[in-house]
Amino acid sequence: MNLVTNNKWIGQRTIRPDGMDKVTGRAQFAADTTMPGMIWGKVLRSPHPHARIRSIDTSKAEKLPGVKAVVTSKDIVDFPIEKGAVMLGIQDMRWMCRNVMARDKALFPGHPVAAVAATTEAIAEEACKLIEVDYEVLPWSIEIDDALKPDAPILHEFNKFDGKPSNIVGRLEHKKGDIEQGFKQADIVIERTFTTRPVHQGYIEPHACLISVAPDGKTTIWSSSQGQFMVRAMTAYLTGIPQSDIRAIPAEIGGGFGGKTIVYLEPLATLLAKKSGRPVKMVMTREEVMRATGPTSGSKSTVKVGATKDGRIVAAHGTFYLQAGAFPGSPIRGAAGCSFTPYDIPNLLSEGYDVCSNRSKVAAYRAPGAPIGAYAVECVLDEVAEALKMDPLDFRLKNAAREGTKAAHGPVFPRIGYVETVEAAKSSPHYAAPLGDGNGKLRGRGTASGFWFNAGGESSAQVNITEDGNVVVTTGHPDIGGSRAGIANICAELLGIDYRRVSVIIGDTQTVGFSNLTGGSRVLFASSMVVTQSTEKIIQTLRERAAKIWEIDPEAVKWENGAAHPASPNAGQFEPLTLEELAEKAPAMGGPIGAGVQLNTQGADGGFGTHVCDVEVDVDLGIARVIRYTAVQDVGRAIHPGYVEGQLQGGVAQGIGWALNEEYIYTKEGKVDNPGFLDYRMPVCSDLPMIDCIMVEIPNPKHPQGVKGVGEVPLVPVMAAVANAIYDALGKRFYALPMSPPKVVEMLEAPTRQAAE
Amino acid sequence: MTELRYLAPDTLDEAVGAFAKAGSAARILAGGTDLLVQMRSGVLKPGVIVDIKRIPELTAIEQTADGGFRIGAAVSGMALAEHETFGKVWPGVLEAVNLIGSKQVQGRASAGGNLCNGSPAGDSVPAMVAAGAIVTVQGPNGRREMKVEDVPAGPGRTNLKPGEILVSFTLPPRPPGSSDAYLRMIPRTEMDIAVVGCGVSLTMKDGTVTAARVGLGAVAPTVLLVEDAAKALIGSKLDDAALAKAASACSAACRPIDDKRGTIAYRIKVAGVLLKRTAAIAAQRATQKN
Repeated sequence: MNLVTNNKWIGQRTIRPDGMDKVTGRAQFAADTTMPGMIWGKVLRSPHPHARIRSIDTSKAEKLPGVKAVVTSKDIVDFPIEKGAVMLGIQDMRWMCRNVMARDKALFPGHPVAAVAATTEAIAEEACKLIEVDYEVLPWSIEIDDALKPDAPILHEFNKFDGKPSNIVGRLEHKKGDIEQGFKQADIVIERTFTTRPVHQGYIEPHACLISVAPDGKTTIWSSSQGQFMVRAMTAYLTGIPQSDIRAIPAEIGGGFGGKTIVYLEPLATLLAKKSGRPVKMVMTREEVMRATGPTSGSKSTVKVGATKDGRIVAAHGTFYLQAGAFPGSPIRGAAGCSFTPYDIPNLLSEGYDVCSNRSKVAAYRAPGAPIGAYAVECVLDEVAEALKMDPLDFRLKNAAREGTKAAHGPVFPRIGYVETVEAAKSSPHYAAPLGDGNGKLRGRGTASGFWFNAGGESSAQVNITEDGNVVVTTGHPDIGGSRAGIANICAELLGIDYRRVSVIIGDTQTVGFSNLTGGSRVLFASSMVVTQSTEKIIQTLRERAAKIWEIDPEAVKWENGAAHPASPNAGQFEPLTLEELAEKAPAMGGPIGAGVQLNTQGADGGFGTHVCDVEVDVDLGIARVIRYTAVQDVGRAIHPGYVEGQLQGGVAQGIGWALNEEYIYTKEGKVDNPGFLDYRMPVCSDLPMIDCIMVEIPNPKHPQGVKGVGEVPLVPVMAAVANAIYDALGKRFYALPMSPPKVVEMLEAPTRQAAE
Repeated sequence: MTELRYLAPDTLDEAVGAFAKAGSAARILAGGTDLLVQMRSGVLKPGVIVDIKRIPELTAIEQTADGGFRIGAAVSGMALAEHETFGKVWPGVLEAVNLIGSKQVQGRASAGGNLCNGSPAGDSVPAMVAAGAIVTVQGPNGRREMKVEDVPAGPGRTNLKPGEILVSFTLPPRPPGSSDAYLRMIPRTEMDIAVVGCGVSLTMKDGTVTAARVGLGAVAPTVLLVEDAAKALIGSKLDDAALAKAASACSAACRPIDDKRGTIAYRIKVAGVLLKRTAAIAAQRATQKN
């Protein structure tokens, strides 16, 4: 490990700046906002998985007393399919305009078909019931196998695959070497097929917004999202209001995990507000969140791995089919691109297929696609290691990607920390500890690794010195992972002042420069780059001011411990000038002190993690519980270790839920049967052990503080680690998630091992 | 928009009068942990709500002259837990009542509400059935008593007549060597709903079971009293053969459905597993007391 110890604030577990507001209930979430004259918006949603909309009659709803506005797809800006893609980030506005409001067809139960604003929520709901929609109900499919059948109902008739109308709406492949030749060299080849169910991001705060459109068109949006600029741009696209007229104010956010990187309510509320002349508030119910906002894909993956007797992987082939939901855009890039990346495999073919079906459009979920792919690959690697009688971590070490390895998705790796994560897992107290007696329950241990790309991209920051010599930093990213705390640590470190003197806030779209959304584990990486450069500019200004006062050359002034000092005795004898003193003198010395920097940041290195998981299985009830877990990750540099550990633990908790219980269950009619937290079983606190974290710090050489993204990697290995541990406990392998109690009991009809005595 | 009237009478007679008068539009409010959720989700739209928590008899826990207990229908789980002796005599009933919802919900939720909600998965009901509880109900035609297992009529329905309000549960006095237990299967560790629930009440003398009752939840349209399982236990020393026979009786009694919470096969198997585990806990408690 390469721990940096000579910093004062970087690496400290400082008190989180948003903590007090959150524990006292003062933090303002989108649903807490209110305005004089505010009315309520509600959405009428399709009851059908697939139906052509012949006509919509809103006249009765409009006549209901209290109703102030009704909108349908006619009010949303259309992006005609034949005109080609209009991309905003990873979203194509052709699909977005149809997702926020069904146009010719409703494509999933919960698909919006109209929206109403009224003086109360109850009236708005009543008005929705008065809207008459004439549906031509169509056949539908949800599961991948059904959507790929030759006679499957086609969601998008314009789409062709292999020359025929198809629900396969996209394909990508990463290729290296020649797998046919590679498999010929293999002494052992294992091929398995895996399925996973759709799972939701499970943010506790439902989507919510309050929107005001003034008579002059000036629009203000308060909403919960992972990117106020994304909200502004999408709302502008879908309503026709120019971006300069839309001020999107980010509310405090109650969880996103990728699911708040697109909009659902904002364009509808904007149009309702514009039509009614009143501020419109919309808050989804949990049921709406579960039915109509993006879970991630369900999947079907086939992975084939060939290795020689001495433990070298010579060839691998992965085929990953992912549900996109109603519109193209499943995360096949993450599944096909990340799954084999921890390994140096000479012959590789990794293919992803994007499959539309009649369920809600997927949205990003923490390392989108990568956990799905890693689940299949890491389970097969466990089997190969077992067949070769190798320790699974030794097998991974033998095939590990290192500096200079060319990844199938393109890059040649710089200095990476994958090997170090495997070594740290191997030498961890956890891996050395005996499994212990399960008191009648069966215990097992599993391991798995994972990779995520990470991202850079556009960020802006403004750093201002206040008149009393303190610091306000404004960035453009909603804080979902502790970015404010990290930025305060970095800024305090650079300026040499107490971190409590740095106040970090998140600006709205009209007060800070464009900043791409919070996603891809990019925020601390990118925003600390622009904050560092801004702060360095300020330090330069402070040195110039001191030099001016001392009448010496700026080069003869150094900045240390929050004050300007003569760089050497030769420069002269002067008492240091503190930040407070220089701020006080600022008006007379050239004016206010501040700097802003805007960059398209580059150099975000990918992240690797290796996990160790112990489970205990109650074989009579089929309940598998994780009893010990260690997550090892190359975190670059832990600017705020408490938050980094929080990211690792949070990712693992979500993965355990995905592995053991979480799943979308559908009725025979194609509707989600468990749209709430009672029957959509995310883990609760008592389900999980304390999750141990080992942070390996291999600093990113392309970043001023060595930062790598850390938020997404920790979800990637989890389902495979849990599955491999359950195999170790039971001697039977699962090829489908979740490994929930009824499925474990079914598998255990003929147990092959005795309980530990 | 329908209007909602909220009434909180001080006497049972007033409550029965108001409840009967309002007819099918009325709902009884005890803790509200089911009712308010159903109203918020749009399942129910009552015109009148009769809050029974101001009626002393419905929130009282009394020891009866013969040594049994009478528990008001609106007594919260937390109030029952804080009672000095109840949990010592009926640890299984108490643990079942205390499994309803979270800590916060426990401050409101009552065994009476749990029974009248009519869910086959209500946690307190199998334990009450095993305990042999008798309920008192009062309606426009006066008071009557029913066996607790006769109250549920099917999912969401009870055999209470129009205008009748559940008043209290009466639990019989306990002979020496008696105890009870309740276990449920949930995929999580808490904050969940029973996939199968099992209550067992035992009386033991010199290691032999002299009396037993078994209640099973979430395996049929109503909570079941499984008399064959009790018969298999009575007269035995809870040896493997007797437990296996009782477990088979539980599995045989199941008439479950496949749903999002579990499969038919799984519920049938688990009913037997839980019987064995619950009986073991009840027996340990019963013998510890001797």
